[in-house]
Amino acid sequence: MTDTTNNLETAAHPENLRRVAIDPVSRVEGHGKVTLLLDDEDRVHQVRLHIVEFRGFEKFIQGRPYWEAPVMVQRLCGICPVSHHLAASKALDMIVGSTLTPTAEKVRRLMHYGQILQSHALHFFHLCSPDLLFGFGSDVAQRNIVGVIAAYPEIAKQGVLLRKYGQEVIRVTAGKRIHGTGSIPGGVNKNVSIEERDYLLKDIDQMVEWSRDAVALVRKLFDQNLAEFNSFGRFKAHTLNLVRADGAMDLYHGGLRARDMDGNTLFDHYDYTHYWDVIFEDVKNWSYMKFPFLRSMGPETGWYRVGPLSRVTQCDFISTPLAEQARREFMAYDGGSVTGATLGFHWARMIEMLHAAELIQELLHDPDLQGSELVHTGERQARGVGVIEAPRGTLIHHYKVDENDQIIRCNLIVSTTHNNQSMNEAIRQVAQQYIDGRKLTEGLLNHIEVAIRAFDPCLSCATHALGKMPLEVELLDASGNRVDTLARSSDGSFGNFC
Amino acid sequence: MSILVFAIGNESRGDDALAPLLLRDLDEWMGARGLDERVELIEDYQLQVEHVTDLVGRDAVLFVDADMSCDPPFHFSEIAADHDNSYTSHAMTPFALLHAYHKVYNMGAPRSFLMRIRGYGFELGEKLSNEADANLVQAKAKVRQWLADIPSAGQ
Repeated sequence: MTDTTNNLETAAHPENLRRVAIDPVSRVEGHGKVTLLLDDEDRVHQVRLHIVEFRGFEKFIQGRPYWEAPVMVQRLCGICPVSHHLAASKALDMIVGSTLTPTAEKVRRLMHYGQILQSHALHFFHLCSPDLLFGFGSDVAQRNIVGVIAAYPEIAKQGVLLRKYGQEVIRVTAGKRIHGTGSIPGGVNKNVSIEERDYLLKDIDQMVEWSRDAVALVRKLFDQNLAEFNSFGRFKAHTLNLVRADGAMDLYHGGLRARDMDGNTLFDHYDYTHYWDVIFEDVKNWSYMKFPFLRSMGPETGWYRVGPLSRVTQCDFISTPLAEQARREFMAYDGGSVTGATLGFHWARMIEMLHAAELIQELLHDPDLQGSELVHTGERQARGVGVIEAPRGTLIHHYKVDENDQIIRCNLIVSTTHNNQSMNEAIRQVAQQYIDGRKLTEGLLNHIEVAIRAFDPCLSCATHALGKMPLEVELLDASGNRVDTLARSSDGSFGNFC
Repeated sequence: MSILVFAIGNESRGDDALAPLLLRDLDEWMGARGLDERVELIEDYQLQVEHVTDLVGRDAVLFVDADMSCDPPFHFSEIAADHDNSYTSHAMTPFALLHAYHKVYNMGAPRSFLMRIRGYGFELGEKLSNEADANLVQAKAKVRQWLADIPSAGQ
């Protein structure tokens, strides 16, 4: 067994340590739990992020007719249903032998950019800005979106309306607000009418401007807190993301690019329909979630980071002018140091939000959106793979379909799974930086959650029943007896250690 | 009179389907009675702050959600805005949403009610439990009655 005073994955002698659990992690999607093993002097010996409800996706899909998949998979996640809708559709395009028509691809892209816009707006303005604006250990009563609305009403209002706009783009392209049916195997089932286009055009200039302001806000926060933001949960990682054939950022389609932590290219423009030749998934006995790794490097060192930070730093350029300017400034900031910072995710995320807003603006002027050729099909295939850059990172859908059109095998590698080891690395760094040797408080524990939230993990969500999500932290002594508790109820209020 | 019924839940997660199923029932029931003009039905997986935009111009709002803590079959109450610190992305409560409405629009939120229907299991792929189904039957009747009464209550 490894003594993890260095890597903190597995303690050498857990029997002599007390356990602290942050369960569930708040302001992330789904059910995450963090456990820390501490000794009598509050030194940290083990830190793990557990995914406690992340299973059954594949079983949920198996046995269903393939054409149902783009609708069914939206129920996997209440925050990024469109990403699953589109990744499944792309995989099923292969099954039906389709080459998309220009109208179909552009309507789908518009839908996807609406999803990126609304998801990034939700994450930054609603879930992370409380930490960034008020401080990681600030008063918990203020450190939430309602606190942001009170202290920064204009920023909060922009967040509300950016998210709303993104959802309107989704409604127009997917046909419905939720459970959209717009994307189907081989294409789309509706175009964007002139009336719908004009409705979205009304506000898009404002959305671009607000997205630009959001990039400036993150930069300002880095200006004010550079040392802390730069070092917070910092670690080196390999990267994985899609890029367009010319190296540009492409959130909808492209080839896989992987680079090692020193920036050396491992593979580039790799055809994702054979992703399993370059990516494999490891299993650890303490986690339901798998640990993907680059095959060429092996499970110990081959883990990598996906998502906005990887995409923005690893693409050669961004195709829209304002986002490209923002990317250049980000890459050059403080000698490039922020490109490796865990909190750099937030800055990169806002650059992508700006890119998405600009792309929507461009697409709305494209007459192909009003085209009538919506679907193309060709020779039926038995296997299909769809990959998309979802808001949180690379999302893989892989289906095998039998002669009765039933899905007989399904493999999903979602963004949060790709980032599993990276999130564990980030919280281990934070534990060493902020928790080690100190008396635990809610504010200190929130630092762990801040690191997780930077990745915007989606831990199997879409269930939220009232009364279901209390947070409880238990302090156990070496014998496993509970000596202290800290509880957070579903309304967010905290009880003190008792 | 503009009334909003907002159902929160995911049909593929066991008893989290309670609110969406209640909405389906209402949709049919209202259509048969010509209530569609003044009652809008909205459904989403979870409550989020941008939903303040859906409350604008309403005379009354009813939130419907599954609940693991209330007594069966349901709990129905009028609710008020409250700064309750809910900030997980799952658990922005209707109370906090009304509070956010007040802050965003600088005016009081519409008169609002909350129907909590007791649920028991919420795993992906589970069907609605028999117990929850029985609770749903009673909840449907209560909401239909509320819709019949609310116009006079608002006058």
